[in-house]
Amino acid sequence: MPPMDRLLLKNRAAIPFDDLPKISYQALGDIAVGCLCAALRPVALFGVPEERHAESVRIVALFADDAQGTLAVTSVSAQRGATVPSLTPSIPAFHLFERQLWEEFGIVPEGHPWLKPVRYPHDGHPPRRIEEGYRYFAMKGEESHEVAVGPVHAGVIEPGHFRFLCDGERVNHLEIQLGYQHRGVERLFREGPLAAKSTLAESVSGDAAVAHATAYAGLVEALGDTVIPRRASVIRAIGLELERAGIHLGDLSALCNDIGYLPGTQLFAVMRTDIINTSLVLCGSRFGRGLLTPGGVNYDIDEKKKERIIATVRRIRDNAGLLAASIFDNQSVLARFEKTGSVDTATARAVGLVGPAGRASGLTCDIRLTHPTDAYADHPFMKTILQNGEGKAAVSGDVYARAFVRHQEIQDSLRYILELLERLDAARDGIIAPVAPPRPDMIAFSLTEGWRGETLHAAVTGGDGGTRRYYIKDASFHNWFGLALAVRDNGVSDFPLCNKSFNLSYCGFDL
Amino acid sequence: MVFRLLRARWRHGSQAVPDPTTAMPDPMFRGFPDIAKEGAPSAEMIAACPGAALTVNPVAIDLGKCHLCGSCARAANSPIRLTNRHHLGQTRRDALIVTAGTSFEEYHARAEKGRDEIRRLFGRSLKLRSVSAAGCNACEMELNATTNANFDMLRYGIDIVASPRHADAVIVTGPVSANMADALEDTWNATPAPKLLVLMGACAISGGLFAASPALDRRFFKDHAPDIYIPGCPPHPLTVVNAILHYLGRENGR
Repeated sequence: MPPMDRLLLKNRAAIPFDDLPKISYQALGDIAVGCLCAALRPVALFGVPEERHAESVRIVALFADDAQGTLAVTSVSAQRGATVPSLTPSIPAFHLFERQLWEEFGIVPEGHPWLKPVRYPHDGHPPRRIEEGYRYFAMKGEESHEVAVGPVHAGVIEPGHFRFLCDGERVNHLEIQLGYQHRGVERLFREGPLAAKSTLAESVSGDAAVAHATAYAGLVEALGDTVIPRRASVIRAIGLELERAGIHLGDLSALCNDIGYLPGTQLFAVMRTDIINTSLVLCGSRFGRGLLTPGGVNYDIDEKKKERIIATVRRIRDNAGLLAASIFDNQSVLARFEKTGSVDTATARAVGLVGPAGRASGLTCDIRLTHPTDAYADHPFMKTILQNGEGKAAVSGDVYARAFVRHQEIQDSLRYILELLERLDAARDGIIAPVAPPRPDMIAFSLTEGWRGETLHAAVTGGDGGTRRYYIKDASFHNWFGLALAVRDNGVSDFPLCNKSFNLSYCGFDL
Repeated sequence: MVFRLLRARWRHGSQAVPDPTTAMPDPMFRGFPDIAKEGAPSAEMIAACPGAALTVNPVAIDLGKCHLCGSCARAANSPIRLTNRHHLGQTRRDALIVTAGTSFEEYHARAEKGRDEIRRLFGRSLKLRSVSAAGCNACEMELNATTNANFDMLRYGIDIVASPRHADAVIVTGPVSANMADALEDTWNATPAPKLLVLMGACAISGGLFAASPALDRRFFKDHAPDIYIPGCPPHPLTVVNAILHYLGRENGR
């Protein structure tokens, strides 16, 4: 008999909000224990204000069972300002989610090791001005000192504050304070018809526009029970994989730049230009903007486009492979990549790393494989496990592993695009289907594997079909803490290298 | 090993855009909107415009709010066509409004050049300090791309620097969140005069999609008048390079 304390769902499922099991916070802790033996993975924990009782908040918890390909969802009722037992001491991956519940609704997780603001939102309870009165974690000692960076950084980068606690050159801890990018995204999703928010979804994190647009469109379709044409699902997947390959190429370029390996810097960068210009050929935007809409896609791939995409993808696949081969057996490159910024598998699992960063630390998480939808379900995405020169897959959790995983994923994505293009001829069922309006009083979840990793969009509709709660979780929400752990015991000057190997989103976190 | 690297290098040839002032993006690129004098946008088109850039009375698109998403142009019987003309930079806010029947040439002719002092001081060397103020990282990546091997804005003496102390201009991306308002003001104050203020992207120019959000604080623009507006979402690197060159009186690149 299935357990009564949770509902098992598939990715992109919508259920009546009232069907959510209501359990106690202690019982939630019992479910969460499943995360300790890796049977479950925490995906999200977020509050939904109750419709009729302004003081009540329903806390929705979502877990993934990657082996079974299911999601487990449950909920707890709490009052604003209530005190609940913290899950974080046993399952550290919840630390940010509990901080967010505290910041948004004043729900205090008792026993949380470090309760502090997440992003200083405009509608927090109580409202706080950014960093006002906040005391950073401090350390005393003869050689200890602090390095403060940001919010405005030296390059063309999004803002965030980094506080390094150093012992000479060695980093003891890095405290990351975000929130500077907070612009009220979730609130804007709630205003007006949900089906008209494609451009907003693309702007959650503009470098992962297709990933967020895919998660958003999948959510709207789940809420309206809309089935999209197969051709549209294939084109969406091509857009998503182009985005992934483009960003990974750009990041390999930046990693080479950070170690002063200039051939890699320039050549990977021009390959990225080729790939994102192919996105422009596909849909008019180098970032894949405008490609997706709820119900399908706005732009078809005709024979001429198809030929152009195939030619570019084949050329970049070969050239990137050749260049990567000459980088990953270069001693001066490896000397800088290897054993820099390591996160071991146990730590990665404990803090809940996702995406390429998680995979580089030996986790198997990948929504395309474990919770596939649309094209990924019709035409399974297969991974080639590329071996490095020593015949090992890269799972060492260091900069080398994260770079090598990117190289693998470029090859896999480009190969998958060629496979999808072959299937395009057989899928001639149009590119767009009419979208039914969201059903009232539902809750839905939509997971997509973006290039950074797991991207979640979730929504609760009201009695009038309006949007009562819109919740977004970018992969960065899990992974920023991974970066803080990765730089421990490294030289402070290796921070740019570690940072680029993760390349996390500020705006996707701050919302 | 080194031969493999040389082979990888050889295969790429030269990727630099030979002349960024005359290069055109692919015909698929969504740029300057051509609005026919006949026909009016439907209520559906107005409702679907994410930045509220499209208006009926008069029939016009405000490029300071437009995300060039193409939804109006894709609608049935639309009087709007998005061309791939990409030299969209302007020097006055009201010049960004494209009314029905406005040709690209008329639009482009509105863009003014910087005053003599600015062109004398910065004509051959302009250093930009970037401030991302709640930008979604698309504008930031396109601004970075202006210095890559393809677009190579450095060939004109235009570069991005790491400190406001080294800068001649502050280029702002993003709608300016309340949490970034102080940092933007501080960066501006730390930049020595004379200095230019450049706004890149619909969010920076008007707040864009986020214009109605209570999480923004755009008071900075009440006190400081922008010199260059670069519309788009995000603007193409060629749009950025050409907007700056035009302002410096170097529209032919010379």
